[in-house]
Amino acid sequence: MNDSKKRLINGNEVIAAAAIDAGCRYYFGYPITPQSEIPEYLSLHLPEVGGTFLQAESEIASINMVLGASAAGARTMTSSSGPGISLKQEGLSYMAADELPALIVNISRTGPGLGGIAASQGDYFQATKGGGHGDYRVIVLAPSSVQEMYDLTIKGFDLADTYRTPVMILADSVLGQMKESVVMGARKKSTPTKKDWALTGCEGRSPNIIKSLYLDGDKSSEHNRKLFEKYQRIQKNEVICELKRCKDADLILIAFGSAARIAKTSIETAREKGIKVGMLRPISLFPFPNQQVKDISKNIKDILVVEQNTGQMVEDVLISVSENARVTFYGKPSGNVLEAEEILCQIEKCMNKVGT
Amino acid sequence: MKQVFKRPESLRDVSFHFCPGCHHGIIHRLVAEAIDRLRIRTKIIGIASVGCSVFLYDYFDTDVCEAPHGRAPAVATGVKRVHKDRIVFTFQGDGDLAAIGTSEIIHAANRGENITVIFVNNTVYGMTGGQMAPTTMLGQHTTTTPRGRSFLGDGYPLKVSELLATLEGCSFVARVAVNNPANVRKARKMILKAFETQVNNMGFSFVEVLSACPTNWKMTPLDALKRVDNELIPYFPLKIFREKTMPGTQ
Amino acid sequence: MGRIQIDIERCKGCGLCVTACQKELINIGDRINSHGYHAAQIHNEAECVGCANCAEMCPDVAIEVWR
Repeated sequence: MNDSKKRLINGNEVIAAAAIDAGCRYYFGYPITPQSEIPEYLSLHLPEVGGTFLQAESEIASINMVLGASAAGARTMTSSSGPGISLKQEGLSYMAADELPALIVNISRTGPGLGGIAASQGDYFQATKGGGHGDYRVIVLAPSSVQEMYDLTIKGFDLADTYRTPVMILADSVLGQMKESVVMGARKKSTPTKKDWALTGCEGRSPNIIKSLYLDGDKSSEHNRKLFEKYQRIQKNEVICELKRCKDADLILIAFGSAARIAKTSIETAREKGIKVGMLRPISLFPFPNQQVKDISKNIKDILVVEQNTGQMVEDVLISVSENARVTFYGKPSGNVLEAEEILCQIEKCMNKVGT
Repeated sequence: MKQVFKRPESLRDVSFHFCPGCHHGIIHRLVAEAIDRLRIRTKIIGIASVGCSVFLYDYFDTDVCEAPHGRAPAVATGVKRVHKDRIVFTFQGDGDLAAIGTSEIIHAANRGENITVIFVNNTVYGMTGGQMAPTTMLGQHTTTTPRGRSFLGDGYPLKVSELLATLEGCSFVARVAVNNPANVRKARKMILKAFETQVNNMGFSFVEVLSACPTNWKMTPLDALKRVDNELIPYFPLKIFREKTMPGTQ
Repeated sequence: MGRIQIDIERCKGCGLCVTACQKELINIGDRINSHGYHAAQIHNEAECVGCANCAEMCPDVAIEVWR
């Protein structure tokens, strides 16, 4: 695991390869476009390392198998796309309540409903605002390159174990299907997390129970408070965010995932034209970089939020910005991929308003 | 004189929350007896489901995981794939297994997962107050079939043991009842056999236990025993539906 | 020759033991436990053969048997 290698590999496959490198030995999933390469890769390679691959009968069954394997103390994961992630929401709620670690990958597609398989960032709300019932969060990481698909998958497993909570990788069909050169296997060996809460048979100890039923009001309250305090710790310690060319900027563009990747080209072109625009790219969507957005907008008042949806992350930006910040939203609905030219056009429109 | 009957060790010494005359208590005890008999208490990982048996973890002195409604066979699959040498069982009611959980039970059985499923069939939804179950008998009055279950609109009661017995993945499928001492003793043998199937890595084992729900049947516990004999057993016959000595491949 | 002991506090007065006893030695008595149930009691101990039918039927594991 310490010798790194470079590979030209597709986004979906690199997530699968990262999972193996991270020590995940149990995958339960179901085919759905545009992520079927993940189960296909793992069906071939997981048994080679002594792991278990199981194509379940549904997305519901697979999240519940993940629940069981996680309760048993294993590193485990599942993957799907929007409609399948919808099916998994009950399972995610249970896992958050049970404090069970696991990695859930959403290679999102267009929606809502059956939608299509083209580009979309329409699952932001679902990922970051619960999705399932009850007062919980999952950690959400948004890669914007194939290298990040690899790195954040490994980080995701580690975070899940550290905080005993589900972690979601929120990518999309663009990232899932593209091929880039990736450096793999360069991580430092980490000590496996001790899981004395896991279900292994109660030899030599009193029985462990994994449950989320709290009929008593006080116990329910105590449990919810415990989860809340955990999410506060996560908010304090685990924000990941990239700032590029912000120091001298007159305008800050905020985007995540594939939208951010495309916007980078627009920013470079704008800079060549003398437009001083920078980017704040949230990589952790929960915990959202509220503080970083607030800080940057203290001095740079003009913010342009770009998303491949009709307005989701922009709400988190709006609640985070400093007083007097001017937030413009440009959302391209699910369907046709954002283009660098149209984002450049929006940057120029915003710049005409700067200083007015 | 020596003691010939007492609480099994694997069953905690606490009162059951079940209604007077509910058969859940008998069935819990039979499962605990099998666990004691096979000396597997510290190897057991029980999977609780949603229904009157949701408090399984309060009664069995073993590791227990709660599963969402209907999903216990999937959760059990996840646990057993990680710990092949532990003994994993689910304990499910007729709503959990035969309504919302039909997909999970069929596919776990079809894959021949080396787990044991205890299915408590009392022809009604107990926990939620007496609504129709997939196993509710034709003509039976429930809170959602106030005029009696009718085939047109509600279908026939599901015979789960018969359905599962058609699957190659099943090693042991049996239906029993606990409405009289002789039936209880037969049920004990079948439940033990089911756990032995798993201990011997012989694949998927399933025992359906016909049970009474005096509260939601609106009967006395004693009349409920008679209903099991007169109405349930004729439609849900007590027998071994499938028994295979093929070794498991897990 | 047998003996049973019924845990009065665990008994819910369901009557399953009453019907299980082939010799009709058990009845639901007047004694009410702290949960409000009329508990079962054996009214003719001398006739008990320790067959354990009552214990087999008890859903509350409230009966122990000696033989």
